Amino acid sequence: MLTLTSPIETPLHRVPVGPKLLALLATTCGLYALQSPVALVCALAGVIGLHLPGGPRFWRFALRQLRPLWVFVVIILVWHGLTDEWEAGLTILLRMVTAVAAANLVTMTSRLSDMIGILERLCRPVGAIIPPRRLAMAIALVIRFIPVLSERTNQLIEAFRARSSRRPGWRIIAPAALAALDNADHAAEALRARGGTE
Amino acid sequence: MERSLTHIALFTALIVVLGLVPRIDLAFGVPITAQSLGIMLCGTVLGARKGALAVVLFLVLVAIGLPVLSGGRGGLGLFAGPSAGYLIGFPVAAFVAGLVMERTTLSPLWAGVSGAIIGGIGVLYLFGITGMSIALGKTWVEASYLGMAFLPGDIIKSLLAGVVTQAIATSRPMSLISRA
Repeated sequence: MLTLTSPIETPLHRVPVGPKLLALLATTCGLYALQSPVALVCALAGVIGLHLPGGPRFWRFALRQLRPLWVFVVIILVWHGLTDEWEAGLTILLRMVTAVAAANLVTMTSRLSDMIGILERLCRPVGAIIPPRRLAMAIALVIRFIPVLSERTNQLIEAFRARSSRRPGWRIIAPAALAALDNADHAAEALRARGGTE
Repeated sequence: MERSLTHIALFTALIVVLGLVPRIDLAFGVPITAQSLGIMLCGTVLGARKGALAVVLFLVLVAIGLPVLSGGRGGLGLFAGPSAGYLIGFPVAAFVAGLVMERTTLSPLWAGVSGAIIGGIGVLYLFGITGMSIALGKTWVEASYLGMAFLPGDIIKSLLAGVVTQAIATSRPMSLISRA
């Protein structure tokens, strides 16, 4: 499975994940504290500036990540158009787009392995509740089993189509869940036979 | 121990796969994604604790940048946007749905339906609407109008969650961990 990390190297790729996440946290809190549109425009310009070294392909990738926001942009435009509170609407839009773009930028410039590394470090203080090794094992299991379960679900859909002219629809969900339960039992046996999770 | 780990991991994978399946068309042609149905099933099938953990694991995958949300979405941006409240509410919704399964003596069908309605609509909307009201600068009541757009689909999904839970209970009673 592909990750959302951009293959185009930018200077931000070389910044360690820890500081990037802290900076993101501070930026997001700061954005909610800012009230004036002028300050928010400056913040947006700053985030756009951080995208610049990536080049056009990187920008297009970043824009694609922002696409799910369009519904909310339309809602805010219509709402504030009707109530005639343009400045408030502009503030909300700027804040939303800047916050999401900044967070996406961190995702695009951080490798999956580094993200898992920081996750293990964050879990260390609560190791008694969430053992880091078991968490890493769980993530690996999910990533491994997504294609397995996906193929099984497609087989179930094909088997359904062979027998019926109707669309399978929701009827496929129960057998897919049973397939997940079967896989879980087999994987548990295999894990135990190999010395368990510790 | 291994069994709970693999059950959690496999149901996380199930949530992802239900988001990948192109889309589930309902009888009258309304396309819905089955992903939130997967979240409800985590609660109703695995029970409160394990179900919530499976959904937390799903959110971890989203946060570290895997495109596992329906439509290939993922990454930290989702936790900064207007729908962040729904994401944060997902594990709580699964927990509540599991609790209803575990603590009531209703049949799996009706326990599943009521669990999905209380958790997946009641609790989830509380989180989701609060998130939208913060991100979009609206009052809670104003934001709740926007949230109502999902209500018809979510009611259908709650009914389906009960039907699927009942189907698992009938075909493999031992596998319904929430009632084991």
